Amino acid sequence: MVTTRTEVTLGSLRGDPGRRRKEAVIRTALIGAAGLSLAISLAIVLALAGEAFLFISKVELSSLWSGTWSPRRGEFDIPTLVIGTLMVATIAMAIAGPLGLGAAMYLSEYASPKVRRRLKPIIETLASIPSVVLGYFALQVINPQIVQNLMGATSTFTIMAAGIGVGILTIPLVASVAEDAMHAVPSALREAAYGIGAKRRTVTIRVVFPAAISGIVAGLILGFSRAVGETMVVALAAGATGQAPRRYNPLEPGQTMTGAIASLAIGSDSVKTSDSGGVNPFTALYFVGLLLFMITFGLNMASERFVRRVRRNY
Amino acid sequence: MSTLATSTSATRASVEATLRGKRRDVGGAVFGALMLSALLLSLVILLVLILTTLQDAWPVLSTRGADFLRSNTSQIDTRTGVWQGLVGSFILIAFVAVVALPLGIAAAVYLQEYARDTRLNRLLITNIRNLAGVPSVVYGILGLVVFVQALRSVTGPDVYGRSYLAGGLTLSVLVMPIVILITMEALRAVPNGIREAAYGVGATRWEVVRSHVLPYAAPGVLTGAILSLARAFGETAPLLLVGAVTGYLSTPTGRTPLEILQGQYTALPTQIYAWAKLSGEGWHAATAAAIVVLLVAILVVNALAIVLRNRYDRRW
Repeated sequence: MVTTRTEVTLGSLRGDPGRRRKEAVIRTALIGAAGLSLAISLAIVLALAGEAFLFISKVELSSLWSGTWSPRRGEFDIPTLVIGTLMVATIAMAIAGPLGLGAAMYLSEYASPKVRRRLKPIIETLASIPSVVLGYFALQVINPQIVQNLMGATSTFTIMAAGIGVGILTIPLVASVAEDAMHAVPSALREAAYGIGAKRRTVTIRVVFPAAISGIVAGLILGFSRAVGETMVVALAAGATGQAPRRYNPLEPGQTMTGAIASLAIGSDSVKTSDSGGVNPFTALYFVGLLLFMITFGLNMASERFVRRVRRNY
Repeated sequence: MSTLATSTSATRASVEATLRGKRRDVGGAVFGALMLSALLLSLVILLVLILTTLQDAWPVLSTRGADFLRSNTSQIDTRTGVWQGLVGSFILIAFVAVVALPLGIAAAVYLQEYARDTRLNRLLITNIRNLAGVPSVVYGILGLVVFVQALRSVTGPDVYGRSYLAGGLTLSVLVMPIVILITMEALRAVPNGIREAAYGVGATRWEVVRSHVLPYAAPGVLTGAILSLARAFGETAPLLLVGAVTGYLSTPTGRTPLEILQGQYTALPTQIYAWAKLSGEGWHAATAAAIVVLLVAILVVNALAIVLRNRYDRRW
């Protein structure tokens, strides 16, 4: 009996060259698409850094600490913007923190699967409301009904109303990140606690909450970062106009970094006047933008680190 | 998983009942009610927002109705309409759908299916997650510097670069990281057995992705894509920076699609912003009516996402 042996070479295993060529082309195209994201972030940094440097090299440094934000007159007081931003973000977190975490705890620990399916869309719908709508709501409803009536403010525009509006926008983000974190806590931990007779409240506060703390902190940081970067609510409700003195009272109008960028962009301040010391006020936009980018980037990195810690544990 | 959960809750209920005896756990009940009220307060806010807007918009919607939808923007509050904004917004999201969705899905396929776990690739993913968290107004500045100023000769020589192209590209850049992250999530959920089965009968990597992984992940990818488009639809701040017209806008003069894309534009959310800043009862009502149009469009798009997901959601 004669056995015929077919030679198996590396070449015949590799298959049809046309097929391989197609694979290579597709792979390259996919790499290109992924690389594009790196190009975008480089473009952001370069665009901001280049223009911001031009601004810094032309402007008098003392005008960055002059006590008033008034680009038209060449006064670019950065603390005004930072203080306004911090006030808005703090008020926002005072709203979104408790409400977001409460909603997350209820959905993760208390709601039965059926109730959860019914209630989760509330958070999802809230997440889909555009920020400009919340801005209008803050200006027309929150400010007159809550801030003026209950807190005694007199201005049509207040930092407080903007903060509350931004807080409402931030609730879904805090709730979903925190809920994911609590959901990821293994059932065994809960069962062990129930097994020794713990109440549901005890399990939630003393077992699930500490176990999910990294994710919860990550959610709060992300929420803060979102609140710092929120533009439209502030632009509509905080009275973010072309100029603002440095203020510390949330019941008065104020200016934030994002609000300053928006009002510079709309162009009412882009008129170059002799008072502005030869600097085009418009270019301040890039410097504030770079500052905003660095702050939110740092916050996002910090939150990413916390999220990674959760993944490592479970 | 779900049986485990029910048995856990059943065990807990019986253990609790035995330990508690006849006493009631008042503190626990209060705590639970507090958590629920946090959730319900969100619902109340949502309802108040929708109802007050509807109430404010009623004078316009009831008396003008379709006329409000079909009218161009005007300086007079009783004659203004959202037609140009609606058309502008739809052109913008069509542009985003054509540019950002394929690129985003392709990038996600590479990162999830092709890329090895190297330092560079991990850096790429971290980078994308960070990009998703960059404030939208920063994307507006990017668009201003790159698309409006540097690429002016392409994006719209006659309108100082403030064109559909600039706006659409900026929104595409903004939405891409979100598309990538949601798509990666959907791809990650595809069981490995499906890939291995396809490799086992000699499929190449692309064939595995094309005819096995992507169809299986389609509902998730589709939902993510639609939600990203809804996000682009409501985005305002970046469009203000790349020059969406907030005042009077003449009807487009371009005839070819390219001429229209290079022309000046407006979008529904930027119109809402411009009107919200005007004072007077008439503008107040017009703004609310425009918000109703925007919310209806966004909620319809979201509902569409759910319908599509349910339709293609099959278990293997």
